[in-house]
Amino acid sequence: MMAAFIFVVSVVIFLQFFVFYCRSLIAVSSKQALSPEVQEVTGIQKAASGEDFNRVMQLLHLCPERPEDRKGIQAIGAYFRLLSFVGSTVARLTPSMRSWTDSERGHCTYFAAIALERRISFSRNMLAQQIDA
Amino acid sequence: MVCAVKSNSVRRYLCLNLYMALSFLVSVGRYLVIHRSGVSSMEYAYFYFYSDALLTIGLYFALLNLYSLVFDEMKVEKYLRVGAVLLLGGTAWFSYAVIAQSSHRILSHFAFELSQNLYFVGLVLTYVLWGAILKLRETRTRLIQLVLGLGVYFSAFAADYALRNLYPNLQPVWQYVTPALGCILPAAWAFSFLWVSEDARLAPSRLVAVPR
Repeated sequence: MMAAFIFVVSVVIFLQFFVFYCRSLIAVSSKQALSPEVQEVTGIQKAASGEDFNRVMQLLHLCPERPEDRKGIQAIGAYFRLLSFVGSTVARLTPSMRSWTDSERGHCTYFAAIALERRISFSRNMLAQQIDA
Repeated sequence: MVCAVKSNSVRRYLCLNLYMALSFLVSVGRYLVIHRSGVSSMEYAYFYFYSDALLTIGLYFALLNLYSLVFDEMKVEKYLRVGAVLLLGGTAWFSYAVIAQSSHRILSHFAFELSQNLYFVGLVLTYVLWGAILKLRETRTRLIQLVLGLGVYFSAFAADYALRNLYPNLQPVWQYVTPALGCILPAAWAFSFLWVSEDARLAPSRLVAVPR
């Protein structure tokens, strides 16, 4: 009984912390501007849409992986799936919740685009170093 | 730890880095014990639970480090230290009281019970600290991310311990789930030290804004 209580409390707190943590990651990336080049590649001009998330993630996986950002991207991927689940279930009943999940999914796409920008510049630096060597 | 050295943050987050160093040493020790005695040996089981209790105490002090950073302008460090020692002593006493009634192998069961209870105490303390961050309008992004990463880790482990108590027969599952959860904290902290500068600022109220 006690273990079941601790489990339920822990899961509720876990979900809260997870959402806040992902939103803090997104808030950091939202302050960075996308270069025109990445805007063109991803098709994100002003506001990012949740519909573009999978496409941006596919582009991200084409770039050489960086171990430092892998976990952050996985966390945002999980957050995006959680939002999609909420958007297709609970949020159908409340319109304000639906617009919130849509806007959050857009922020996730922007985070992925910023990660793509970092990976592209990382690959360029690596290539430049190899050419210099 | 390497990320903290790279971003010149070792002294400021000393307890966090000491915990990571301890965690690294414990991992090496566990590997050596597995190599010598095997994963199903009693030696490994004892080493695992004693070192886990030690790591949990280390993490408890890392949490206190975050408390002292959040409250550093209020000059309440002395009270925090006394309160932390009292809470740690109280948790140890409670753990001992629980196992003294039901176990003959007191020391090994004490280590397990203490770890489990400290994870839950740590979870509650992290939740309180997050509440304080919101109340005090703390804006240091790195500090906020370190606390949130710790909250995710503590709550995941508290849920894991509770599930292990509820379903002890699922040991083949737990042996993969627990190490996977162990990656959360190093990954979250490494990300914060590498990507978020000490000067970055963020309004925490933005993180909790929900639609009505």
